[in-house]
Amino acid sequence: MLGELGNFALILAFCLAIIQSILPLVGTATGDARLMNAGRSLAVGQFVFLLFSYVLLTWAFITNDFSIRYVAANSAEALPLVYKITGVWGGHEGSMLFWVLTLSAWTLAVAIFSRSLPREMLARVLAVLGMVGVGFMAFTIFTSNPFERLFPIPTDGTDLNPLLQDPGMIIHPPLLFIGYTGLAVAFAFAIAALIGGRLDAAWARWSRPWTTAAWGFLTLGIGLGSWWAYYELGWGGWWFWDPVENASLLPWLTATALIHSLAVTEKRGGFKVWTVMLAIVSFALTVLGGFIVRSGVITSVHAFATDPDRGVFLLGLLAIILLGSLALYAWRAPKVGLGGAFGWYSRESLLLANNVLLVVACAAVLIGTLYPLAVDALNLGKISVGPPYFDAVFMPLMLPLLFLIGVGPVVSWKQSDPMETVRQLRWILLVSALIGGLWPLTMGAWNPLTAFGLGLVAWILLTAAVDLYRRFQRRRQQGVGKALQAALRPSFFGMHLAHAGLALVVMAIAMVNTYEVERDVRLEPGETATAGGYEFRMIDSDTVRGPNFDARQATVEVIRDGEVIDVLHPQLRFYDSQPQMPMHQASLNRGMTRDVYVSLGDDLGGGAWTMRLYYKPYMFWMWTGCLLMAFGGFLAAGDRRYRMASATDRRQVSERDIDSHDNSIIGESPARSEGQT
Amino acid sequence: MIKRIFLPLSLALVVLGLLYVGLGMDSRDLPSPLVGKPAPDFELESLRDPEVTLTRDDFVGEVALVNVWASWCDTCRTEHRYWRQLAERGVRIHAFNYRDQRQNAERYLEIFGDPFAQIAYDPRADAGMEWGVYATPETYVLDAEGIIRHKHIGPVNADVVREDILPLIEQLEAEQT
Repeated sequence: MLGELGNFALILAFCLAIIQSILPLVGTATGDARLMNAGRSLAVGQFVFLLFSYVLLTWAFITNDFSIRYVAANSAEALPLVYKITGVWGGHEGSMLFWVLTLSAWTLAVAIFSRSLPREMLARVLAVLGMVGVGFMAFTIFTSNPFERLFPIPTDGTDLNPLLQDPGMIIHPPLLFIGYTGLAVAFAFAIAALIGGRLDAAWARWSRPWTTAAWGFLTLGIGLGSWWAYYELGWGGWWFWDPVENASLLPWLTATALIHSLAVTEKRGGFKVWTVMLAIVSFALTVLGGFIVRSGVITSVHAFATDPDRGVFLLGLLAIILLGSLALYAWRAPKVGLGGAFGWYSRESLLLANNVLLVVACAAVLIGTLYPLAVDALNLGKISVGPPYFDAVFMPLMLPLLFLIGVGPVVSWKQSDPMETVRQLRWILLVSALIGGLWPLTMGAWNPLTAFGLGLVAWILLTAAVDLYRRFQRRRQQGVGKALQAALRPSFFGMHLAHAGLALVVMAIAMVNTYEVERDVRLEPGETATAGGYEFRMIDSDTVRGPNFDARQATVEVIRDGEVIDVLHPQLRFYDSQPQMPMHQASLNRGMTRDVYVSLGDDLGGGAWTMRLYYKPYMFWMWTGCLLMAFGGFLAAGDRRYRMASATDRRQVSERDIDSHDNSIIGESPARSEGQT
Repeated sequence: MIKRIFLPLSLALVVLGLLYVGLGMDSRDLPSPLVGKPAPDFELESLRDPEVTLTRDDFVGEVALVNVWASWCDTCRTEHRYWRQLAERGVRIHAFNYRDQRQNAERYLEIFGDPFAQIAYDPRADAGMEWGVYATPETYVLDAEGIIRHKHIGPVNADVVREDILPLIEQLEAEQT
């Protein structure tokens, strides 16, 4: 009964979404303010019904309602409660429900925080979001209904995939989905601007905080996924260039480009068409990602249960999004004027370089991901594109990008002088080169590529620090408080934080790729083996029982300089649901400058085991860097200057009365709307 | 105008078309166009002895399995025991050691056991390309003539061994006599 109620709520939300995609647009065409405002109430209604539907599905999980097929397939009596709650998004159908729920949460957020948007713009944005909602809800209801019943009712479920029974999995998919659906907001703003024919600075300003926030969630989601893969899969790696991982990296790369090109569109009115394209492509890539993961078109380690029907539907959705946007673009783009001119050396030109590098990197990853498919489709046999390809193309593109991060913020808009930049940065460059040259020596061996990478890390961190310090000094006379405020203005400080976070990630990658130690050993109780300067002594092994698995567990002491620093318990888990496929649960000792960990292999009899010992330097900073990047993004998205405009409530103001360039309401004094440089 | 839209439109159409074609192929059920064709030729060093060169002829002659593995491949470990069991039952199993380092591969075999008849060392995936290896582990079933009769992508488990591989081997051996 509750299942049918959930289904009913889902269908109601779907109907509201259909109305939401039509009424506000009719309103903008006829100038009817009531119809335009209807979008906001519809967004609220849609969210409420989806939330209700989602809560009912969660309830079905908690109460073990195995008459619902999805619950039976992804849960079991013995599954711990927390995994019952997170198992709701553990499979395809539930994750789609979660997807549309987050989409409608973003829509609701836009409806609530939209005081600074003129009514036509808001109406169009909500209508486009309604259309996206219609597409995904139709997909959920018609091909992947999570409330489908099962008869006869099984006595127990087949349990959640053991790989997903892990804390990392509790938060990784939601964050990723929030990031994906957040890009739908950036897309909706771009499409709304195209429909209205107003691709102006005002549009870029409204769109920026949403895009940056979505990017922050995406960053967190990807970082957490990598963190989970690192310890749960027990392979010791943190990125595998797996098609599904690539599916999340692709929109991240274009979203990163989008954030930067939006800056140019807002500040200088340039890159308009390019920005619109990036917004469209970023969103299309999230749909493509969904398609890759859910259609079974590409063989992957962690594909969802796949089904060609779903593939056809998603592909149709992708085609409508791409071709529809392009048609709209072809119709409207000629109306878009060019932005302000800029010199060959200016912040615009550097941001253009940033965009080109990111987009080329994205294209390279996309090609590597789809190439095996293309070759197969042309009947040329199967080919392997592995990490060697991705490493070879990705790194050369990232190194100049990292260098530009240091330069960009100190170069002025419109026109700048390279000699001036050299004068400002030469000492930092020298110091960075020195740090890069010397740092690897602390690890015992020198390697040119590592030195180069670490030099870039120092370069980014030092330029950011010096830039902040200079900004502080400039306002020094006005008092320490004022000066600090100027240097730590969220949009500006957030940018430097995000750049510093990236630098930390690069540092971790450079260190771990060069200096990691990985050993396969055979250990008997009492025996020791060493890896990376640490001794590992096996004490014993026994069998333990978890909530829904049996585990063989070894006890291993980690010894450094004769002292036991930790006792690790790596496990080999045999889940009741699939005992033939044991899971490796590695046991880690984490530290600021290194992780050491043990992964249990096979029982060789007589108490002896094969084990994998890992020494992974600086891994801590990989995750810290990701957090810092996302935090920087959120800080920038929350900057007051985006909200200052909301001092004037424009929901009742028509866009015709708003100046495209400085975003002020025509007929009022410009000082009132903005206090920003 | 036309020029402006042409590039993005054609790109979008190519990607969409490719995905549509890709959808029609189930990459698990139709693992390789090579099934039913002779195993591709190769020339590689033996893993056990760099002086010895192995070719297709060393893999062909009897009904045999060809397993593609690497020491860095964790899933290969989960299926390794089945190769040990099959080898004990007298099944001939050859292997490609794929994109690996000799030392690591040797250590892997020391630890987990060495059930393989011949192991070709393929660090640059030369043979891997010819044979259409997508990722490790993959397993091919060859008949006595050297025709690829089956390909399994991903690790095998007890069910796959019992229901797919063993019956096929028995059938092929019966055909041979």
